[in-house]
Amino acid sequence: MIPELGQFSLILAFCLSILLGTLPIIGAARSNMVWMNLARPLAAGIFVFLSISIGILAYTFATDDFSVQIVAAQSNSLLPMHYKLTALWGGHEGSFLLWTFMLSGWMLAVSVFSKSMPIEFVARVLGVLGLLCVAYILFMLATSNPFMRIVPLPPGDGSDLNTALQDFGFIVHPPTLYMGYVGFSVVFAFAIAALLSGRLDAAWARWSRPWANISWAILTIGIALGSWWAYYELGWGGWWAWDPVENPPLITWLLGTALIHSLAVTEKRGVFKSWTVLLAILAFSGSLLGTFITRSGLLTSVHAFASDPTRGVFILAILVIAVGGALLLYAIRAPQMKSEFGFGLVSREIFLLANNVLLVVSAASIFLGTMFPMIYQALTDDLISIGPPYFNAIFGPLMVLLILVLAVGPMSRWKRTSTSYLVQQLAKVAAASIAIGVVLPLLVLFEISFAAIICVVLASWIVLSMAKDLRNKIANKETVSKGLRTLSLSYYGMQIAHIGVAVMLIGVGLTSYFSAERSVLLAPGATVTLGSYAFRFDGSEATQGPNYIADQATFSISKDGNSLGELYPERRIYLATGTPSTEMAIDAGFLRDLFITLGEEKEDGAWTMTVYVKPFVRWIWLGAIFMATGGTLAATDKRYRRLRQRKSARDIAAKEKIESDSLQPASS
Amino acid sequence: MKAHRQKKLTIILFVSAGLTVSVGLILFAMSQNINLFYTPTQVAEGEVTIGQQIRIGGMVKEGSVVSANDSLQVRFETTDFIHAVPIEYEGILPDLFREGQGIVAEGTVDAAGVFHASRVLAKHDENYMSQEVKAALDAAGVNTETHPSLVTPEVK
Repeated sequence: MIPELGQFSLILAFCLSILLGTLPIIGAARSNMVWMNLARPLAAGIFVFLSISIGILAYTFATDDFSVQIVAAQSNSLLPMHYKLTALWGGHEGSFLLWTFMLSGWMLAVSVFSKSMPIEFVARVLGVLGLLCVAYILFMLATSNPFMRIVPLPPGDGSDLNTALQDFGFIVHPPTLYMGYVGFSVVFAFAIAALLSGRLDAAWARWSRPWANISWAILTIGIALGSWWAYYELGWGGWWAWDPVENPPLITWLLGTALIHSLAVTEKRGVFKSWTVLLAILAFSGSLLGTFITRSGLLTSVHAFASDPTRGVFILAILVIAVGGALLLYAIRAPQMKSEFGFGLVSREIFLLANNVLLVVSAASIFLGTMFPMIYQALTDDLISIGPPYFNAIFGPLMVLLILVLAVGPMSRWKRTSTSYLVQQLAKVAAASIAIGVVLPLLVLFEISFAAIICVVLASWIVLSMAKDLRNKIANKETVSKGLRTLSLSYYGMQIAHIGVAVMLIGVGLTSYFSAERSVLLAPGATVTLGSYAFRFDGSEATQGPNYIADQATFSISKDGNSLGELYPERRIYLATGTPSTEMAIDAGFLRDLFITLGEEKEDGAWTMTVYVKPFVRWIWLGAIFMATGGTLAATDKRYRRLRQRKSARDIAAKEKIESDSLQPASS
Repeated sequence: MKAHRQKKLTIILFVSAGLTVSVGLILFAMSQNINLFYTPTQVAEGEVTIGQQIRIGGMVKEGSVVSANDSLQVRFETTDFIHAVPIEYEGILPDLFREGQGIVAEGTVDAAGVFHASRVLAKHDENYMSQEVKAALDAAGVNTETHPSLVTPEVK
């Protein structure tokens, strides 16, 4: 009975979504206040019913109700409670409910934090999100009902959560990634609302910016968590594999990065308007593409859910209608958006344009590499794969260019900057960066390589030019602290995010070029050395966990004869399915990680194993934390609140002349 | 006005030049990095150029796995139930590598028809067969729904 309540609740949310997707948009077109004012309560209602629905699903997992199909498929009575609850998103149906629930959460946030925006704008934004909700819930009810029962004979126990997923990373990575992904729907809805109203102005960009920044920051963390999880769980020491399912979030992230920069230009200077709208649509398409690829069964990957062709077709239909409709609307409205071309060939606008072109080209090249095998297969029936070398060859050089521009952008001025000023400002910075790039790797790593020099030079380039810019900005102030206080939060946000790029660059560059690994067969008491580190294998013993048995090995690690402690990698067998799983042991450090994975046991207690040394690998995720912090700081700049209030006063006066030529909501 | 047009034109030229170069690079990089996929039958019938980097997919033949006791050398056969191809690999196999399980291997074929794998992939979800393996079995005319060695035993 209880699972059926969850389903009723889902159906109620569906009905409310239909109302939300129609009435407020029509109301906005006809200036009907009553219909427009329905948007907020309807959004809240959808959130409530989806909360009930997902809450009930979690309850069926917690109480081991194996008559529900996905509980039987993804859970087991031996599973610890925190995995029982999160097993909810361990499969297609539950994770899609989570996705839709996230959307309703964003809708609620929009309805709460939009008090100062004109009601017809809020009505349109929530209306567009309501239409997305209609599509998502319909998809669930039609093809992937999470509350489906097994009749007449439910199994006595579930077949367990995929052992690769029984990990902390699984608790945090999917919700964060989804939240970031779905956040771009909000920015998309803002763009569509602006297109519908025909008013694409600086105010629209200002309203969109905090939402774009926050979604971007959450997506950054979501991707970083996935990378961190893959690194320590999948057991091959990699943090990025260019897996076809890893790529769509990255594509979305790159387009989102382009979007937050382009929004800045649109807000500050009123240019790039139609481009910004297009980016908002593209970033949203990226997120839908991710869902499509994961759930259609078109690809083979760690992430793919078991396939069902009707689901793929359904999501493709949502993608085509939503994106196609949006682009159609864009095509109709874009000619009305006029941007004044008021900037010189050397100006901040140009550097931000370069940023956008580079980001979009890299997103496009990843898109091509991801989709090409599928297209090729559809055309020729031959299966091919495109490996990491392709992505590295394209992505690396583009990022180098992007980082060169990154440092110049903040230092240049809007409209026009003299080239000689930039050269004068940056010549010393460039010289210093090159000096540091050559010397530092030698001092820290005692090794030198071209790639490491490039990475350190570029990272210094970012940090030093930032320091120089900061000094210029506070040079005329009486004291340093007074100067620092006059700078806005969004300025600090930008600089912190840019430092994040430098930190990540160091991590990526040094890990990629200086990591070492060795696969060996060791008898108890034997030692394997890697660089200056020695790993002594002290033997293995049987141990037991809540739902698995394991062989646990003990290693003593030392560097140059000084002990660094012990590591305990495991080889587990999960009881419910008999699935083996390796648990690597990591000695994490700021400057390097050491880790060990066990292979299999051979004669006389000897084991096969791989040991790794990964310098600076933590910096990759540290960089992401910096970026997300920067994005959040920029979004919380008090300037947005102040401007919003001022704007709202103006809008009350302007409310009389609402444009009545808006389109009917035929677009999606 | 004229100056504006000129500026606009310069920017457009720069952007298009950049895009052309990128597209060229992308296509070049792509042509260098495409791994073609072959089925065990295609490999056994000598359709693969020796030394070419390819992917092969199939089931690990029952009873074929031989691992050395003093090194990380492993030898096994992958099959589409018509032909089996011997694979040699040095390293640690993935968790879900088992006899009777679908795998995908990357590597090259030598003159003797032995496949030297640089990487062996097994699915993380055991109820799900990778697309390459399925394609190989489909090509060999094996019904993946009913074949006795492919039907997963019922979970009690």
